[in-house]
Amino acid sequence: MPTTKKPDRRGGKITPKSNTIKLKFDTSWSYAPAPESKSAATIKPQYDLFINGEWVKPASNKYFDTINPANEEKISQVSEANTADVDKAVKAARNAYEKVWKKISPKERAKYVFRIARMIQERARELAIIESLDGGKPIRESRDFDVPTAANHFFYYAGWADKLEYAFPNRNTEPLGVAGQIIPWNFPLLMAAWKIAPALATGNTVVLKPAETTPLTALKLAEIIQESGLPNGVVNIVTGAGATGAAIVNHPDINKIAFTGSTDVGKIIQRAIAGTHKKVTLELGGKAANIIFEDAPLDQAVEGVINGIYFNQGHVCCAGSRLYVQESVAKQVIRKLRDRIESLIVGDPLDKNTDIGAINSRQQLETIHKYLKIGKEEGAEMYQSSCSLPGKGFWCRPTIFTNVAQSARIAQEEIFGPVLAILTFRTDDEVIEKANNSPYGLSAGVWTDKGSKIFNMTKRMRAGVIWANTFNKFDPSSPFGGYKESGFGREGGLHGLSAYVSLTN
Amino acid sequence: MIGSLLILVKLKTDMPQTKSIFPIPDFTLSPRIDQVGVEERASRFTKRSIKKESKLKGLKLVLNMIDLTTLEGKDTDGKVKQLCYKAMHPHDALAGLPTVAAICVYPTMVKVAKKALEGSGIKVASVATAFPSGQAPKEIKIRDTKYAVANGADEVDMVISRGKFHAGEYNFVFDEIAAIKEACGEARLKVILETGELGTFDKVRRASDIAMYAGADFIKTSTGKIQPAATMPVTLVMLEAIRDFYYKTGRMVGMKPAGGISKSKLALHYLVMVKEVLGEEWLNNHWFRFGASSLANDVLMQMMKEKTGVYQAANYFSVD
Repeated sequence: MPTTKKPDRRGGKITPKSNTIKLKFDTSWSYAPAPESKSAATIKPQYDLFINGEWVKPASNKYFDTINPANEEKISQVSEANTADVDKAVKAARNAYEKVWKKISPKERAKYVFRIARMIQERARELAIIESLDGGKPIRESRDFDVPTAANHFFYYAGWADKLEYAFPNRNTEPLGVAGQIIPWNFPLLMAAWKIAPALATGNTVVLKPAETTPLTALKLAEIIQESGLPNGVVNIVTGAGATGAAIVNHPDINKIAFTGSTDVGKIIQRAIAGTHKKVTLELGGKAANIIFEDAPLDQAVEGVINGIYFNQGHVCCAGSRLYVQESVAKQVIRKLRDRIESLIVGDPLDKNTDIGAINSRQQLETIHKYLKIGKEEGAEMYQSSCSLPGKGFWCRPTIFTNVAQSARIAQEEIFGPVLAILTFRTDDEVIEKANNSPYGLSAGVWTDKGSKIFNMTKRMRAGVIWANTFNKFDPSSPFGGYKESGFGREGGLHGLSAYVSLTN
Repeated sequence: MIGSLLILVKLKTDMPQTKSIFPIPDFTLSPRIDQVGVEERASRFTKRSIKKESKLKGLKLVLNMIDLTTLEGKDTDGKVKQLCYKAMHPHDALAGLPTVAAICVYPTMVKVAKKALEGSGIKVASVATAFPSGQAPKEIKIRDTKYAVANGADEVDMVISRGKFHAGEYNFVFDEIAAIKEACGEARLKVILETGELGTFDKVRRASDIAMYAGADFIKTSTGKIQPAATMPVTLVMLEAIRDFYYKTGRMVGMKPAGGISKSKLALHYLVMVKEVLGEEWLNNHWFRFGASSLANDVLMQMMKEKTGVYQAANYFSVD
C-alpha cells in the first residue's frame, strides 16, 4: 500500500498525488454497541393459523421453524397450511364477506381500518424489533421506515373507505369479494399493509400468506386485528411456503389475487389463473437504472445511489441496481462511492447504528454469491468494503462492480442483494436506450441539476416510478407498480383502490 | 475559463508569495448542491447512537477541539484572563481532562491571552479583518491581521467580503484571502464564510472552494454574530468541499463550525459527521474545531454525569 503523504500544514508547496490519497474511515473513535432490547417484544414459541378470528391448529399438523438470519437461531415455529387449511380460510373469508363485510356501512369499515392503524403505531417498537429479528433488516429501517409506513397505509386507506364515490365520480363501486394475497420477505409487515388496507377499505375480505422466512410480523398483525374487534373472517392469515401459495391461487372461490414477489412465480400465477374469473395484480422484480449526469449534485447523487442499492441489504424490487454514470464524472463518482461504503456499518440488525443487516436467508445469500462469481468471470472489477462480518448468520459486504458491460448478466438480471453494477454513458439518447434495455421496468432514478432534462428522461423511460434527485421514496398516496416483466396493476394512492373494486353502471 | 486564467496571471504578478501550485478552477463551476439531499444526509448522522465508552471518548475529543471564545465589545483583560484559566483547567474536580484547543479573542486581547496561556500549548486565535462585518478596506484588514500576529496570535480568523461575493467578484474575494494569508506569516488562517449571509448551499460550496484555493488553513462557518450560524447541513457541504479539495490537491484543510453548538449531543453528531466524511486524520484539534463558548460546560456536565451517574446543577460549573 502506498503511504499517504503527510500534507503540509502551512499550505505551502506539495505535489498533489490524488491517486495515492486514501481517507481512513477505520477511526480511533468508534461507536460502542447500541443494541435495541429484545425484551420489548413478545414472541410465542409456536403460532397456529389465524382463521375466522381465532387461532386454529393446521390440518397438516406440521410446523416449520423461522430463524434469525443474523445468527441462524430458531425464533419460533409456525404452521404449514395445506389445501384443507387454505380452503377453511377462504370459506371463512367468503362467509364474512357475504354476511358482514359487504353489507357493513363504509363508515364502519373505516373505523376498523383506522383502529388497526393506531394499534400498529402503539405497538411500533415491538413490531420493529420482530421485523429485524425475523428478517435481518437494520432496526433503524424497521423503526423509521417499515412500521411507520405500514401504519400510514392503513390510515390513508381508512380515509378512502367512505369516500369511494369521490375516488370514482359518477360510478358505482362494488367490492370484488375474497382477495388472496401473497407477499414477499423483504418488507413483511409493510407489504401486508399495502395488501390488506385497500382491500378492507373497499369492502373485500382477505386470505393473506406471508413469506415462509418472515411470517412473524404478519402473525403479530393478526393479533392486532383480533384485538381490534374486526369481524371474524374478514382477515385470515395462513403461513406456509410455495404449496400454500399455490393452494390460494388455485382456490376456485377466490376473486382476486394480489402477489408481490419474483417474476418467475408471477408467471406461474398468471398461467394458473388464465381462463378463470380471477382478477390479478402482480408486483414483480426489477433492475432499476439510476442515472447520474455530469451536472448533478454529485455528493447527494452518491448518497442517493447508496440508499438506492444498500437499503434493506438490496432486497428491494425497486433497488437502483444498475448505475449509469456519465463518463466525465465516472471516476469521481466511483471514488465517492468507495469512500461511502467504507462508512456503512454491517452487523447486528438490532444495533441502532447498523446500516446493513443480515441477508434474509441462506438461499438468498447463495444467489448473491453466485452473482458475485458471475460478475468476476464476466471481467468486471469487484470492490467491497473492508468491514469485518460476524461469524454466524448470512452476510454480504456492500459490493460495487465497475467496468460492467450492458450485456453482462450482473447488469441484466435481478440479484436482490447489496450489489451495484456501474456502467458509463456519453449522451442522453444512449442512456435512455440502455436504461430501457431491460425486461424489467419497475423504477428508475435521474440525477441532474437541470429540470428540463428530468422531464425529458421521465417521459422517455419505461418504468413505473421514476425518482428525480432522490430515490426509494414512498408514500401511501403515491401509486407504485411496474412496466413489462415488473408486473402490472398499481398499489398505493387512488390507483390502489381500483385493484379492489369493480365499477358498475 | 477566462476567470481562471486571470487568477493565474494575478498570482504570478501580484502575489508571488502565496506559492499556489494548484491550477485555480473557475469558481462559477463549483459543484452544485441539492438542498433536500444535504439535509437528509445530515439528519442521518444524528441517528447514530453514541453510548458508554464511545460517548466519554467523544466528549473528551469535543472538549479538546473547542475554541473557547469571547468576542464582545465589553471584553476586558480580566475576562480574558479568566477564560484562559478555564481553557487550561476546564474542571479540576474531574481528573484527566484535556485542555481546550484555543482561546479566540479580538486582536487587542491577543497579548493578554498569549501571556496568560504561556507554556500551556493552547493556541491563541484572533479574529481580524474588521470582524464581524468585514466592511473595511483591504489595507486596514491587512494591518488588523498583522497587528494580531505581531501580538502573538497563532491563528487568525478572518471574514470574507460577503458583499463582493454576492456581487460575483470572486477574484476580489480570492485576492483578499490570499493577501491575508500572506499577512498571517506562520499563523494559521481560518476563513469565515458567514454562511448565514450566503443564502444557499451552492454559495457555501463556492465560497469554500474560493477560500481553500486562496490558501485557507481552515474554513469556518460563522462569526456567531449572525443567525443562522453553524448547522449540520452547512458543515456537511463544507466538509465535502474539503474532501474534494484534498483529493485534488493533496492538501488538508481544517473545519470549524462556529455558533449555535452549545449541547454535547449536537457536538457528538458533528464528530460523527467528521468521522464518516473525512475520517481519522481530521478527528483531532489540528484539523477540526468547535467555535463555542457555552459548549464546554455542557460537555463537562455530561462527563460528570458519566462518572457519577447523576446530573449536577449548572452552579457546579464555572461561568466565565
